[in-house]
Amino acid sequence: MFDITPDEWTAIELSLRIAVVATLVSTPLGIAVAWLLARRNFWGKALLDAVIHLPLVLPPVVTGYLLLLNFGRRGPIGEFLDKYFGLVFSFRWTGAALACGMMSFPLLVRPMRLSIEAIDRRLEQAAGTLGAAPWQVFLTITLPLALPGILAGMIMGFAKALGEFGATITFVSNIPGETQTISSAIYSLIQTPFGDTAALRLVIISAALAIGALVASELFARHALRRVHGL
Amino acid sequence: MHCDAFTGFDMLSVNVTKQLGEFRLEAAFESNNRIIGLFGASGSGKSSIINMIAGLSKPDEGTISIAGEKMDDTTARLHVPPYRRRIGYVFQDARLFPHRSVAQNLDYGRRMNKLSPDATHLQHILKLLDIGLLQDRRPGQLSGGERQRVALGRALLSKPRLLLMDEPLGALDQDRKAEILPYLERLRDEENVPMVYVSHDPDELRQLASQIVMLKHGRIAAFGGTEILPA
Repeated sequence: MFDITPDEWTAIELSLRIAVVATLVSTPLGIAVAWLLARRNFWGKALLDAVIHLPLVLPPVVTGYLLLLNFGRRGPIGEFLDKYFGLVFSFRWTGAALACGMMSFPLLVRPMRLSIEAIDRRLEQAAGTLGAAPWQVFLTITLPLALPGILAGMIMGFAKALGEFGATITFVSNIPGETQTISSAIYSLIQTPFGDTAALRLVIISAALAIGALVASELFARHALRRVHGL
Repeated sequence: MHCDAFTGFDMLSVNVTKQLGEFRLEAAFESNNRIIGLFGASGSGKSSIINMIAGLSKPDEGTISIAGEKMDDTTARLHVPPYRRRIGYVFQDARLFPHRSVAQNLDYGRRMNKLSPDATHLQHILKLLDIGLLQDRRPGQLSGGERQRVALGRALLSKPRLLLMDEPLGALDQDRKAEILPYLERLRDEENVPMVYVSHDPDELRQLASQIVMLKHGRIAAFGGTEILPA
């Protein structure tokens, strides 16, 4: 039961790589968007908010198909990135990371936004009177105080990216060793005769990873909260 | 060194109007005095004035100069942001940065203003305010009085040209006030940084200030020595 085959290891390793890359690339963008939504009023703010949340409400297969149309080899963005940066998404693990990043983005942004909204702006004002320029206030006050929410958002995003299935399989298919994640490996195994035991093994592993991520997020958040409350 | 009269320019010159809803503030005064007390009931406009001096809000019309340097001039569309005014501001609520230790809070203004470390000055302020033993603590572990002393030290250590204090004893009970007042008197006698001290308590101002701007309903009702304060 617990002999993990090399193919399964590959799927686990790929899933982790995809989720880590998706989370790390989304995080700076997520912080920027969270800050914009929390602090700025601008034309089209409601639209930006809606677009970010779209992957939550659209069928994942639709998001995957839209990615294929735009970021595929012959899609407008995909063609441009391939030509000028040599960056290819379709049927590559990078495409899986893109799909996972997009699907997990709303979950990643939300805790970040809430924690930025919760910051006492009078502290930022005080930093200003002590000579800190706005960018210094952001780096020394806003960002550290938002840290619990930033970590929570990263972990939520990571957990979502780890389990993403619909958009990924639509956009980059299910190629062992390149785009086959734990989820798509489970999907293949359940459709294979006598694949049940292997599928169950991966189910247990993915559950363990998800629970591990949640526990880690809780521990981080608790530690960070103590810091923020000045203890 | 005591210098109660500067030559050539006024330490502080304010000539502003500002409409805040129904409330209209119109105030003009100039002073070379080292400790200017802004006195008035709540809603008389004292905090609005001190916030404009700090640059935290802008006058609708008028000018503000600190040490002969124009900070606001609405006809020239000039508004120097707080972080470039070289002021210190002690708020009623100390506003210490909760994620930083006392020592880091104290050092914040020096770092933001890119001043070189000054151990003598640091030791002097630590001794003046009796906060040397608090340095390793976090703001959440301090009493109200200790917090306000650290806030005072933090403002002084940024080496401001003008120290603004908005009801620094306002959030403290009688015992805590009695604990802090002697420190403020020491500050008055041993430091030569000019101060603007906002309070609604005539006794407090009699003890600390040398010149009084008395505000009533957004206008200056009287200007002079502490003898104009009500008994």
